[in-house]
Amino acid sequence: MTQFSTHLLALAPLAILCATIVTVMLSIAVRRHHFTAATMTVIGLNAALLSLLGVLQVTPIQVTPLFIIDDFSLLFGAIVLVASLACTTLAHAYLETLPDRREEFYILLLCSAGGALALIASRHFASLFIGLELLSVPLYGMVAYAYRDRISLEAGLKYMVLSGAASAFLLFGMALLYAASGSLEYAGLIDGLANGGAHQSWVLIGTGMMIIALAFKLSLVPFHLWTPDVYEGAPGPVSAFLATVSKVAVFALLLRFFTLAAPATHDWLLTLMGVIAFASMLIGNLLALRQRNVKRLLGYSSIAHLGYLLTAIVAGGELGTEAVGVYLATYVATTLGAFGVVTLVSSPYSGTDAGALHHYRGLFWRRPYLAAVFTVMMLSLAGIPMTAGFLGKFYVIAVSVESGLWWLAGSIVAGSAIGLYYYLRMMVILFLDEPGESRRDAVSGWGQQSGGIMVLLLAAGVAVFGIYPQPLIALVNAAGMAGG
Amino acid sequence: MILCWLLFVPFIGGLLCWQLESRHAPSQVPRWIALLTMLVVVALALWLWVTGDYSLAGGAVGNAPNWAQEFRLPWIDRFGISFHLAIDGLSLIMITLTGFLGVLAVVCSWREITNRIGFFHLNLLWIIGGVVGVFLAIDLFLFFFFWEMMLVPMYFLIALWGHSGSKGNTRIGAAMKFFIYTQASGLLMLVSILGLVFAHYSQTGVFTFDYVVLRDTPLTGAIAYVLMLGFFIAFAVKLPVVPLHGWLPDAHAQAPTAGSVDLAGILLKTAAYGMLRFAIPLFPEASAQFAPVAMALGLIGIYYGALLAFSQTDVKRLIACSSISHMGFVLIGIYSGTLLALQGVIAQMVAHAFSAAGLFIISGQIYERIHTRNMREMGGLFGRMGALPGFALVFVMASLGMPGTGNFIGEFLILFGAFDTVPWVVVLASGGLVMAAIYSLVLMHRVYWGTPKSEALLGGLDPREYSMMLLLLVLTLWVGLFPNTVLDISQTAMTEVTDWFAVAPLPTR
Repeated sequence: MTQFSTHLLALAPLAILCATIVTVMLSIAVRRHHFTAATMTVIGLNAALLSLLGVLQVTPIQVTPLFIIDDFSLLFGAIVLVASLACTTLAHAYLETLPDRREEFYILLLCSAGGALALIASRHFASLFIGLELLSVPLYGMVAYAYRDRISLEAGLKYMVLSGAASAFLLFGMALLYAASGSLEYAGLIDGLANGGAHQSWVLIGTGMMIIALAFKLSLVPFHLWTPDVYEGAPGPVSAFLATVSKVAVFALLLRFFTLAAPATHDWLLTLMGVIAFASMLIGNLLALRQRNVKRLLGYSSIAHLGYLLTAIVAGGELGTEAVGVYLATYVATTLGAFGVVTLVSSPYSGTDAGALHHYRGLFWRRPYLAAVFTVMMLSLAGIPMTAGFLGKFYVIAVSVESGLWWLAGSIVAGSAIGLYYYLRMMVILFLDEPGESRRDAVSGWGQQSGGIMVLLLAAGVAVFGIYPQPLIALVNAAGMAGG
Repeated sequence: MILCWLLFVPFIGGLLCWQLESRHAPSQVPRWIALLTMLVVVALALWLWVTGDYSLAGGAVGNAPNWAQEFRLPWIDRFGISFHLAIDGLSLIMITLTGFLGVLAVVCSWREITNRIGFFHLNLLWIIGGVVGVFLAIDLFLFFFFWEMMLVPMYFLIALWGHSGSKGNTRIGAAMKFFIYTQASGLLMLVSILGLVFAHYSQTGVFTFDYVVLRDTPLTGAIAYVLMLGFFIAFAVKLPVVPLHGWLPDAHAQAPTAGSVDLAGILLKTAAYGMLRFAIPLFPEASAQFAPVAMALGLIGIYYGALLAFSQTDVKRLIACSSISHMGFVLIGIYSGTLLALQGVIAQMVAHAFSAAGLFIISGQIYERIHTRNMREMGGLFGRMGALPGFALVFVMASLGMPGTGNFIGEFLILFGAFDTVPWVVVLASGGLVMAAIYSLVLMHRVYWGTPKSEALLGGLDPREYSMMLLLLVLTLWVGLFPNTVLDISQTAMTEVTDWFAVAPLPTR
């Protein structure tokens, strides 16, 4: 195989996604048909997922100065693609009755997934910025997709404005780092600094600004204010997408940046990250206590979870990388399941989503399996044994204990204890049957729909990996990051 | 392999209860399945009791563990975690106890629980399964796994089938309190477990969660002390030890009878088991250093629990608070470290499980008849309820430690055994027996004697209730009259614990 075709193969998943985007767009131009658009999206995503197996033959490989395709990027790419698939299946059932044009949603979703893939494989500031924007800009449209509903539009605008500000920070930080080192590659930063000898403080400020931008995307405290509003306002499938694909891609990038670029491992910055993690765990969990809306509650819970996860980056090391992989995999499955249930209860679209807690009252006695899925997801988010979420929590505690970060281990314990309160309350509501409140149910045949099957599979996966996690750990262990 | 059956039978039975109910609801089928499942567990445990060899002859002294049976499967190789079950005298006694109380829990909810029967028994049996797992697991990860797992069904049991009390004491609040207390302290234990594992890893380069291997990890003073505290706090919440007891009265007061029986009878015992099995052998020096503090906490527990019990008006809260007092004796016994006292701990745990279960079942039966648990609204029940007050009298006497009952053996052995090492603690603790007599007699007086609120006859005991009471009565007296049935089995295991303590002599002499 020539070098050119090897490189082409390495970029195949991204290329397939782009081809799918064009195809869906053209098909809409010819004839609008919701089912066709959704099916083509699913086929495209599956093809991209399959092509990852082919790429596995050539890793690790650097493609142009912009991308590095290694097992690490394949693992996270696979998570992104699976999550996008799940969101597509949810969106199809949800959008069926949207009184508007439905097909463009899939183009936006595919664009965003492509941006996520680019971000995960990036090793250069240019691909970082392009990937991040390609991930975020379609999301503005997706969040505001049900724009006739006021809170959806409001959420979209809010996300756009704040996201724009974050991008400005990111660019400024990159510029400072470039000025100090003369390199746009992560790995080149070290050499540039050693030769140039620019003032240390510029590097710190530059890296700090980049961290601010990424922390915004990850909704870490104190850059978390948009999260609950956007989660609440966005249509269910979009909240799921936002909580999984966007978080996974940005976190994978953050991990790669911290591993490759040595200035990022400056002690002072690590302490700062530790403080951010600490604040996210406690504030995220505390703010979630008073919520009466499931989607807001999940938003705050995601703040806390990203805080737990950040501990792994602060601790660093091989176990840290492994912890990130395992935690993100379990977190994505759990979050998709939770938002999946919310979406199924709110499907097909009929105005604002079923967010209020009382909509779920006694769901167990009406839709036992759907409620059982939701119970498993809540237990997994709370990190109770026999669910995959426990494995993630086990890993982050292990990592923080290994590197002697006792204060972070302590805050994980405290955060989990606080978190239990609202997860349990959410869970027990499913079992309480008291008449007189307005309720919403999933359609009776939800188990036969693709979204329903997806949610059941996720629940099975969460339970199986909670009890026998060895395959997942082996998979994550195999997906090492390539240097340079 | 029999250990696996012991563990999985309750889980499978629970799922069957749930699934079969949804087919032909409403029916009695789940009850019979649950009863059958628990009888199988008891039968398996008794079979192990009869066929196994738990005598001292089989055991070497010191570090070599002597399990009667062992089962091991690799589980998570990455961290050297294995699915490792083993049984010795201590676990066998606890599992048999679990089986008996499980049967009682199923039988005593026969009338009380009328809605969602299948789901109720799913939870009940999964609690039993989790507890059996706790008593069998000797891989620390597996132990923690079951330790946390059994909380979820217990939470459901209290939250869904509990009694909503007055004064803003809701059953959901009580369930939540129970869960958060135990889960948070459990996570502290997880941190300690991981600390221990990484300490072992840094010394040997091997990841393992195996109890037997980790026991031999040499640790320096301060680290051992901190890690030991992590374990101790987790167990202290469950036992409960006084500053951490806040969840117990609420959980008991709101739980259905079956939940209270399980809570007092076996869940509290998992904590004492954890101390005997893990906290002391893993950190012998640190535990010996900590012993005076632990015994002081035990003393506080004895008196404070008794005072709390005395001031309650709710029958179930009174019994719950008396458990705090009784567990104070257990704590003193565990940390005094002599063989006699440790044997007393075993007797006390078994006897307390029977007497507390008896009292909780009786208060459940009274509640079914007069629909209140407030003692101010009772009084003069003697003679109006058939044989029930008679049985109550026996269990109250057992609870205050009357000779002839198992509780007497337990308290006597603990005090007698500990006198050698910590005479002053024993002198002070003995005062607690007087307090026990006071609150027990107050309970008896307020409920069964005194002026009757009405002269109407209430229903007597039906055969189901009568046989439950009779079984508990026989067991209480049996432990009191023939304590060696139990103590012979636990002798070897307790000798091992003593050996661990002997590594570091007590500083309190």
